This record gives sequence, structure tokens and C-alpha cells, in this order.
Amino acid sequence: MAFEPVLSRRFGNAEGTWYDAYVADGGYAAAKRVLTSMTPAQVTEAVTASNLRGLGGAGFPTGKKWSFIPKDSPKPRYLVVNADEGEPGTFKDRYLLERDPHAVIEGMLIAAYAIGSHKAYVYVRGEYVEPYRRFTRAVEEARRHGWVGRQVQGAWDWDIVIHRGAGAYICGEETALLTSLEGGKGFPRLKPPFPAISGLFGCPTIVNNVETLACLPPIIQRGAEWFAGLGTARQGGTRLFSLCGHVARPGVYEAPAGVTLRQLIETHAGGIRDGRQLKAVIPGGISAKILTAQEIDVAMDFDSLLAAGTMAGSAGVIVMDETTCIVKALWTAAKFFAHESCGQCSPCREGTGWVFKILQRILRGEGHPRDLDVLLSVAGNMEGKTICVFADAAAWPVQSYISKFRGEFDHHIREGRCDLAGNPAVEHADAHH
Amino acid sequence: MPVMDFHELEPAAAEIIARYDRTSAAMMPLLSLVQEQVGYIPPQGEQWVSDRLGIPVAHVREVVSFYTMYRTKPIGRHHIQVCTNLPCVLRGAERVVADFKERLGIDVGQTTPDGRFTLSSVECLCACEIAPMCQVNDRYAGPLDRAAVDRLLEECR
Repeated sequence: MAFEPVLSRRFGNAEGTWYDAYVADGGYAAAKRVLTSMTPAQVTEAVTASNLRGLGGAGFPTGKKWSFIPKDSPKPRYLVVNADEGEPGTFKDRYLLERDPHAVIEGMLIAAYAIGSHKAYVYVRGEYVEPYRRFTRAVEEARRHGWVGRQVQGAWDWDIVIHRGAGAYICGEETALLTSLEGGKGFPRLKPPFPAISGLFGCPTIVNNVETLACLPPIIQRGAEWFAGLGTARQGGTRLFSLCGHVARPGVYEAPAGVTLRQLIETHAGGIRDGRQLKAVIPGGISAKILTAQEIDVAMDFDSLLAAGTMAGSAGVIVMDETTCIVKALWTAAKFFAHESCGQCSPCREGTGWVFKILQRILRGEGHPRDLDVLLSVAGNMEGKTICVFADAAAWPVQSYISKFRGEFDHHIREGRCDLAGNPAVEHADAHH
Repeated sequence: MPVMDFHELEPAAAEIIARYDRTSAAMMPLLSLVQEQVGYIPPQGEQWVSDRLGIPVAHVREVVSFYTMYRTKPIGRHHIQVCTNLPCVLRGAERVVADFKERLGIDVGQTTPDGRFTLSSVECLCACEIAPMCQVNDRYAGPLDRAAVDRLLEECR
């Protein structure tokens, strides 16, 4: 049976799917059904039964997250949309915001009703100007057609505020996002209390990713069982995989949650560019541990990648061919983490800086035989020792690149240069130094 | 000389503050408003936001210094921000930076003497499908090779 896209079905509308086109394609029917014939508890039950997991990267079951909202709190409840896409190698939320913004709005309405929220804040990364413009236009359309505002379907009052970020990767972490939204610098907060208990302005808050919310209308329309059946035993649905790096056709590809990494690379993205050999893959955004060319028969769902020693994360797949210098790749990742550490916790602030400096030294040909052990020791002292998982995410590449490609690092330190230098396949300076 | 009169921003500021359930949450949009008006955020702009929100100016400065998109100095009319994160580096970002440097005669972090261009390198802009890419003011552009860099600069003239 041919694969039927769920999330990307309107991505062909490169200029955006606007209200009339969205409604003509069955849009807002799910929200109507929810508001006129379902209780909030029934919606949450359906989402739980669908096995929808948080697609921002954490993979937490969405229905379960919603169920943590206290039933008896007198405080207002907030829905906060994480549209602060920033994980290197990931670009799928941009496609949803630009090409199918009403699917996100409809999903938000369903979520807001389920958790009892009358106000939603959408945190869009600052650099996303076009996605912001299109999403804003869609919200205006939805408001005009009675889907945002008072007495939506005679059943629900709610409003949407679009909030723009200003360039800080850490604000994609849900507690940092809330601190930022409140007007502070983006420092993550200790959990517990979790946002469902004490989130935005100290009120019960659910933070959901753009793609997670876009799954809700199809779940309601076609049933939780159908959605669950598209995925694996513990992760329902499909996923938008971003493929980039040395593949022939970089892009966003939708596939069942349990698709293999090999299928994504070889079939969806057209294989490695110019007929070269695969060397390594990062399967879930730059924070995920690296896999070698021999490890790509793994399924891409959260549980399978965890069992394979890495993570599905944001489903940003970064592919590297044989011309890639792994030391340089790690240096590039380390540059990112050193730049984006918020500086709140010492192990992360200091660790990311020193990891970068040591790798810089190795890359310059001034590495010391002890450097790899120092790197691993620093990484070990970052993992699990900070307020948020940013430090862990910065440590994982260090650990995995060195353990899987140790020979290449040793060579750099011993010879003071790259062992790819004499390789005739290396004709670009791009992946090199 | 940039406009430093923030009175004309008052109606927009009032509208922004009214959107939020807490006044403090208007911090970022008000800073963006100042930056749109002046081109960067001068000390007077920080003071205005501080007064408008009733938040000490030290906290406003703290926020301004935390986020990379807030600028405290003027920049060129066209701000070219080249992504130098891994997906773009794998596809030639460093060559793109070198091409811009050569064509503009400036280093990363500098502005051309005529005030036309500022060149920056930035982390992932999440458009890896068009790597190597850059952002020119509001617009994303890629994939970039030498010809595309020349075309881009030509369009900015």
C-alpha cells in the first residue's frame, strides 16, 4: 500500500495553505467535532490512546503530559507552543508554520480545549520571519472565521498571542522558553515543579511542539487506533524527518515512526551525493550520539534509537560521507554548544568552553596525547550535573565521536594533521580544514 | 542620527503590553520595537523599556546582552548572516564565508566603510535543506555557491 502522508499532505502548497484551501481539505472538522461533541477528558483519552509522543525531541507521551494539569487549580491554564525550532539539522516546524499553519492552529484549539486553556502563547524563533508572517496571517484568518476568539463553536473562548524569540538556542528547552516568555534571559528552571503544575507566570502550563499539535486534527478525524497503527507499539503516527548533509536530496520527508535510517537515507533522500560512501550519521539533531555507516539499519522511533545508544530527538538527520573529517565535525558541534550554553550552571559553562578549546588545539595540530582522556573526563563531568539537559547534549557528541572514531582523533594528535589529507576522494575544502 | 524619540512608540507599546497577562512579558517585543525604530538598542532605548515596564534597567540590559539578535551598535543596511553550523559546513559554508569576505573586503563581524553590509557568522538557522545558506535581513538564501553570492550582493546594491 502506498504511504499516505498525514502531516505533509499540504506541503505542496509552497506559498502556504490558507483558510479556504484548508477547509476545503477537511480542515477544522476535527476541532468542530471536539468542541460540539466531546468532553476534554475524552480528547485526552483519545490522544493517550493514539500513542502520540512529543515531537520536539523529548518523546514524552502527549496525553500523559496533559493529564498532569491539576484539576482543581483556580489559576488560569496556559497552552504554550514551542515554535523555537533551533536544533541543528532540523527544519520541519518551519514547513508546518509556512505551508500548513491552520493545521497547527486547529491542533492548538483541540489541545487548549482538552487542558482547559483560554490563552495560548506561540513562541516563534526570532530568525523565522517568514514563518512568523504566515502564521500571523493564518491566525488573523482563523479569527475572522470564528475559530479564535469568543464562543468558538458556541463552546470555547480562547486567544492566541504570538511571541518572537531573539536568537537563543536554549529557549527551545521548555522551562527556558517560559523564562524567556516572561521577559527574562532564557535560563532553564529546575524541575520539579513541572510546567504542568507551575509554568508560565506560575500557572499550570502545557508546552507542546508545533509538529505534535499538527498531529491532533488527524487523530480526532480518523481515530486514535488508526494513528497508533501507523507507528510502532509505543509511538503512534508518522514523523517529519529532516535530512541534510551529504545526501543527494536534502529535505523534509514524512515516514512512519518506525522507518529505518537506511530507508530514509537511501530511498527518501536519494542516497549519498555523487555516489560516495556513507561514513557517519547523526540521527536526531546535533545533540544525538553519532552512528557509523554499519549502524543504519535501526528504526527511527524513540525507543529503537534509545536502545541503539542514541536518540530520535528532533528527527534531524545529518549525513556525513567519506570526505568528512570527524575531528572537524566534532569541533563544529563543540563551537555551537560553547556559543549556546546559557551560562547558568558551571559544569556546562566551563565544560563547553574547554571542550571547544581542546578540540581547537587538536585541529591546529597542537594536540596532546592526554587530550582525548581530558575531553572524556570533562564530558563525564557535564552529564547529569546541571539544571537542564543541554550539558548532556553537549557531552554526548564528545563521547560518541571519540569512542567510535578514536583512531581518527589519535591520528590528528600524533601526526598533527588529518588522515584524509592524502585521500583522493577529498576534493572539497568544505568538510575539512 | 538615529531617532531617539520613543514617544511615538507609545501606542504600539501599549498595544503590546495589553496582549500579555503580565507586564514583564512585554520585555522582548518592546526591545524589538526599539531595535526596529533605531536600528539597534541604544542605552536610551533600554531606559525607555525599563520605565515602560517598571523593571530596573540592569535587568533590561541583562536581557539585551543574552540574546544574539539584539544589537547595541549600528550595523550595515544589509546584514549578511552566514550559517557555520555542521549541516552548512558539510556543504561548503566556510567557502561561502571566504567568498563574502573577499567580495566585501571585510572580516566576519565587520561593516563595510560605506555602511552597506555587515557580515556575521551564526549558528543553525534551521534551513539545512538549502545548505550552505545565509540570512540577509529578513530573507533566507541558499544553496550558495560563488555565483549565488555574487547574485545576492548584486541584488542588495
